[in-house]
Amino acid sequence: MYTIQQTPTYPRATLQANLVLQRRRRMMRLYVQLFPRYVICVLVAIFVLVPILTAFIGGFKTSGELLNSPFSLPIAWQWQNYANVLTQSMFWQAAENSIIVMLATVGLLMVIACPVSFVFARMPFRGREVIFNIMLIGLLFPFAMAILPLYITLRTFHLIDTLLAVILPQVAFGLPVTILILRNFFRDVPQELEDATYIDGGTQVDFFWRVLMPLARPALATVGMLTMVASWNNFLLPLLVLNSPQLWTLPLGITQFQSQFSTDWASVMAFISIAMIPAIIFYLFAERYLITGLTAGAVKG
Amino acid sequence: MQLISPTPAATETTSSQPPRRSRQSALRRMNIILLFLLPSAIIYIVFVFLPIIQAAYYSLYRWNGLVPLSDFVWLKNYQLALSNKIFLGSIGHNLLILVLSLLIQLPFSLLIALVIGKTLPGRTFFRTVFFMPYILSDVIAGLIWQFIYRPDSGLNVVLQHVIPGYQAQLWLADPKIVLPSIFLVMIWKYFGFHMVLYVAALQNIPDEIDEAARIDGASGLQIMRFIHIPLLGNTIRLTILISALGSLQYFDLIWIMSLGGPVHGSETMTTYLFKYGFQSFALGYGSAVGVILFALCFIFAIMYQRFIMAREVEGSLTEAAA
Repeated sequence: MYTIQQTPTYPRATLQANLVLQRRRRMMRLYVQLFPRYVICVLVAIFVLVPILTAFIGGFKTSGELLNSPFSLPIAWQWQNYANVLTQSMFWQAAENSIIVMLATVGLLMVIACPVSFVFARMPFRGREVIFNIMLIGLLFPFAMAILPLYITLRTFHLIDTLLAVILPQVAFGLPVTILILRNFFRDVPQELEDATYIDGGTQVDFFWRVLMPLARPALATVGMLTMVASWNNFLLPLLVLNSPQLWTLPLGITQFQSQFSTDWASVMAFISIAMIPAIIFYLFAERYLITGLTAGAVKG
Repeated sequence: MQLISPTPAATETTSSQPPRRSRQSALRRMNIILLFLLPSAIIYIVFVFLPIIQAAYYSLYRWNGLVPLSDFVWLKNYQLALSNKIFLGSIGHNLLILVLSLLIQLPFSLLIALVIGKTLPGRTFFRTVFFMPYILSDVIAGLIWQFIYRPDSGLNVVLQHVIPGYQAQLWLADPKIVLPSIFLVMIWKYFGFHMVLYVAALQNIPDEIDEAARIDGASGLQIMRFIHIPLLGNTIRLTILISALGSLQYFDLIWIMSLGGPVHGSETMTTYLFKYGFQSFALGYGSAVGVILFALCFIFAIMYQRFIMAREVEGSLTEAAA
């Protein structure tokens, strides 16, 4: 006949209580596991953010208050410091120079690096690898080692004290990384696409211009953004070659402002904050590209 | 330079050429190559390659950069540099920064990467925050910290409240502690970069491996110790190289925060080069210092790749030059 499986029957309420208890225990275990990790992360986040916030908030204090209680919120929010910086023609001039240098560097770098990466990736000829490797050695050269002769070279071309003296070396020193990233990208595009272009009657230039370049947009964005950040932050080269104050870029402008108003730290903080805001906004939007660029190749293998 | 070169053979085989029917098309191909190659080649040669060669050449002369090169002194500049106490001290400072980076900065970055791991909810937020100082300019970072290190404000005010009877420290004005003070800023600015590399590598470890280990009864810590860290090996070796080359060339933050001082307490090879090469117009001597700096970096990189990396590090030197 039938064998009746005797299942223990609990009242509904107990069953539910058990489930809740189990879930709660599991959550507890998860919390216990995650809690120390969050503590560490939050502590480090405080370490990272406090200096940045000190600058932002410091700009809203009077200098006396800033010195006495550097990390607290202001007693009364002063907009004066920020207003003073924003009405300085020196600030706008420096910002404009920084933007010109940045855009020119990225533009010129892209225009010359894309074709050469294409040759290195897909147009073999004798001696190509040698040339490629000579360009890659640039990665190993400390920029500092080249600055003295670079200065002489720029002087010979009468470029000292022009923005070109910043742009051209930035392009030159940006070439190795850019070529490396772009070449790898171009190389990994399937051969079938190239063959298809030829079957359709296209030339190699067509393939480069109409097929490869549109495909390479993400890679271009990545190297472009890396270059932009490097150019925006560059300090040593402008310090060396730009003498006239009206040519100074933001990093130089900041140091100048600081030495001029060294007693007025609140104004300096306001200046720093205003210079920082575009960089941080840019970073929040471009983070993915920047990080991809920096980790490109580093983690494979 | 096969060391940094990726596999040339592979590229050779994958790229085919369009059918060459005539001499004319071969000529056209050659023209394209030249047209595509020359602009980069010229800029690279003029602004990177020649200056390096010139540095080696100038370093054999005593020269102030104004008169024609005539005072050939052979290796005298090198001899002077290598017997100069301040320069040797600055090499020592560079090495100290290097050792501190390897012993403190990288383990710290690795620890944070492992804490964030593959799964921590909210990890993108923390990654965004931790990486943020890296994109700020050294000038901004340096000035903010210069304020924090002020004798009469910043950190000292806080410590005075927390520790009774605390004596205000001269963070940047005491030759004994200036270097550690600046090093803390370097950690602040750069740990996020290394952490991001580690996190990216962690994310590349397939979940199946973790799964298998868990089924075999490994705890979270064991998975970290015996699976994640060994699989991060290549990335760790790479960050050591990047960090070491960076330490040998470090300039910006130090120049902004202390100008290499006080009393050369934070002088590094680059600040030394800048001071003696530019500010006192000893271009020959400065070039010799530059060549020594380059030689140290180069020897380190070559030995390191040869004996420790053993594998190609294509695309990995991204930061080495920056």
